[in-house]
Amino acid sequence: MSQAQSQSSGAPILHGAGVLREVEPAVLPRPKLVENDRSFAWITDKVMGIIEAPTPRWWWWCMAVAAFTASFTVIGLAYLVSTGTGTWGLANPVNWGWAIVNFVFWIGIGHAGTLISAILCLLRQKWRTSVNRAAEAMTIFAVVCAGLFPVFHTGRVWFALYPGFLFPFPNSNGIWPNFHSPLEWDVFAISTYGTVSCLFWYVGLLPDLATARDRFFAAGRMMRAKIYGIFAMGWRGSNRHWSNYEMAYLLLAGLSTPLVLSVHTIVSFDFAVSLVPGWHTTIFPPYFVAGAIFSGFGMVLTLMLPLRSIYRMNDLITQYHIDCMCKITLATGTMVGYAYAMEFFIAWYSANPFEGFAFINRAFGHYAWAYWTMISCNVITPQLFWFRKVRENTALVWVLSIFVNVGMWFERFVITVTSLARDFLPSSWGYYSPTVVDIFTYFGTFGVFSVLFLLFIRFVPLMAVAEIKAVTPQADAHAGHGHGEAHH
Amino acid sequence: MSKNTFGLVARFDSPAAVMHAAEEVRDAGYKHWDVITPFPIHGMDAAMGLRRSLVPRFTLIGGITGFTLGMLGIWWMNAYDYPLAVGGKPMFSPMFAFPVSYELTILLSAFGTIGGMFILNRLPMHYHPVLKYDKIERVTDDEFLIVVETRDPKFTHDGARKLFQKLGAKEISELEN
Repeated sequence: MSQAQSQSSGAPILHGAGVLREVEPAVLPRPKLVENDRSFAWITDKVMGIIEAPTPRWWWWCMAVAAFTASFTVIGLAYLVSTGTGTWGLANPVNWGWAIVNFVFWIGIGHAGTLISAILCLLRQKWRTSVNRAAEAMTIFAVVCAGLFPVFHTGRVWFALYPGFLFPFPNSNGIWPNFHSPLEWDVFAISTYGTVSCLFWYVGLLPDLATARDRFFAAGRMMRAKIYGIFAMGWRGSNRHWSNYEMAYLLLAGLSTPLVLSVHTIVSFDFAVSLVPGWHTTIFPPYFVAGAIFSGFGMVLTLMLPLRSIYRMNDLITQYHIDCMCKITLATGTMVGYAYAMEFFIAWYSANPFEGFAFINRAFGHYAWAYWTMISCNVITPQLFWFRKVRENTALVWVLSIFVNVGMWFERFVITVTSLARDFLPSSWGYYSPTVVDIFTYFGTFGVFSVLFLLFIRFVPLMAVAEIKAVTPQADAHAGHGHGEAHH
Repeated sequence: MSKNTFGLVARFDSPAAVMHAAEEVRDAGYKHWDVITPFPIHGMDAAMGLRRSLVPRFTLIGGITGFTLGMLGIWWMNAYDYPLAVGGKPMFSPMFAFPVSYELTILLSAFGTIGGMFILNRLPMHYHPVLKYDKIERVTDDEFLIVVETRDPKFTHDGARKLFQKLGAKEISELEN
């Protein structure tokens, strides 16, 4: 203090710095990640209680509805395979319709899971621990739903999984897949994404599976103890193991970060590498990644808010968590809005008549209804998250998250269909509509997703118990020495 | 004490207590010992005197393998085994081979990381004396153990027990093999 005073009196030019030194830095209260100072045992009981309790009745009802919905996909795909891809509404010039729209939609949903598990881990955002398990599950199930569309678009699907079509085996003429094509890059991007997401999820699960194993064993439920035990791989919480485990987890986070950014980049290459007006733009990779994270957070909110109230998880998913997710939705939604504006600007600035037409046509052509649905859901809706009153109204947040999902589906529809339906030659222009088979297949994927997600919440610990414990104040081993808190 | 004893185990009920105890056990010069915790405790590696994990080496090997496999594989498939002329593009260029090689780098790095973690941890190991500890369900919940193994050259039953008592262990017991 005396040093600051002497500086401010001696050298007037340093006066400002002197004042700054006298002002104590503001101590902002850190929001609690677990409300009501819950103990370790409370957290374990709360999360493990879900898989230990008898199956609730609502679960069976939801499962019945989900399975019924999923049957639409089964019917749609069975009809497609037995009849041919002509049953989809694809015809010149629109040879990419709902299939690619739905594929990009579902893949995008998955991206929030990886963002939460990987990027927020690297950024030391501790609030991720309450939502990362469910968000990663969402990623994996979304990739499953996404993968259905390109695989079945090949028509004779057994050839897609057979040597020579998608994966590098020579076909009957000895020709290998064409690696010049972004579609082949996509095969690798999506399969790598699915695989690494599963690995990451599984590594995160190991300690919790061990907890489940030991609790079932103590309760005398041997069958369950054995099944969870097999998957727990004999995990015993040794610190020599934790040391390698934490390093592996950090590395996987470091690997998943460039992976998740590359996946939607490569998905956007499917469009951007072509010459079609409205697709052939360099803004696509960042714009697709922002959109993917935006839609993914929409879906995380859609899923987590009901779970939070069903299982009374308010102490684990606090208002702070919801605030964080709303703010990320707001940020990425604004980026997407910026990208829409920039696309228009560049279409004009490039002075390319085809490019200019493609965008005017998007906003005012036959598909204007889709374009304005997209704008209102993706650009206007998230702006409401500026207001704390909105973020604190859980029901409203949930409704807005649905709008985000709808809007992002329409974004992919607008990009895919408007550009193809009005390409270079007016003589080949057309209007694309989906068929019943398209609608069945897409509608059913929500059932497929829900079935998988319901199985997840029934049999897998819904939250990363070990990770949540590690971010509670009582987990800080230095707190007792009186010098811990200030450093962290 | 029977020959069939794996080690002596002490139970603690807070991260701070087990951390302090681990520092003391480390300083007492034991080699074959371990701390069992329900979650990773920040700073425990230093308290145990563990070296930095070797997992990154496996990751690096995986990554180099993946990138090389991608580049060489694509060259071999599209430029050597069956040269594929598409759109006047070169038979091989690192540019178009890059996205797939990049994905393979990440894929094999991830497998290397996980494989490395399992190899270094000697997992899966479904049988281990620690898992027979009678309150193991508390140890994967909210209790903390320190185990000193009998095969440690410095191990004496009385010495370990005295050390644990001095460190304020809640309970000291023997672990069968």
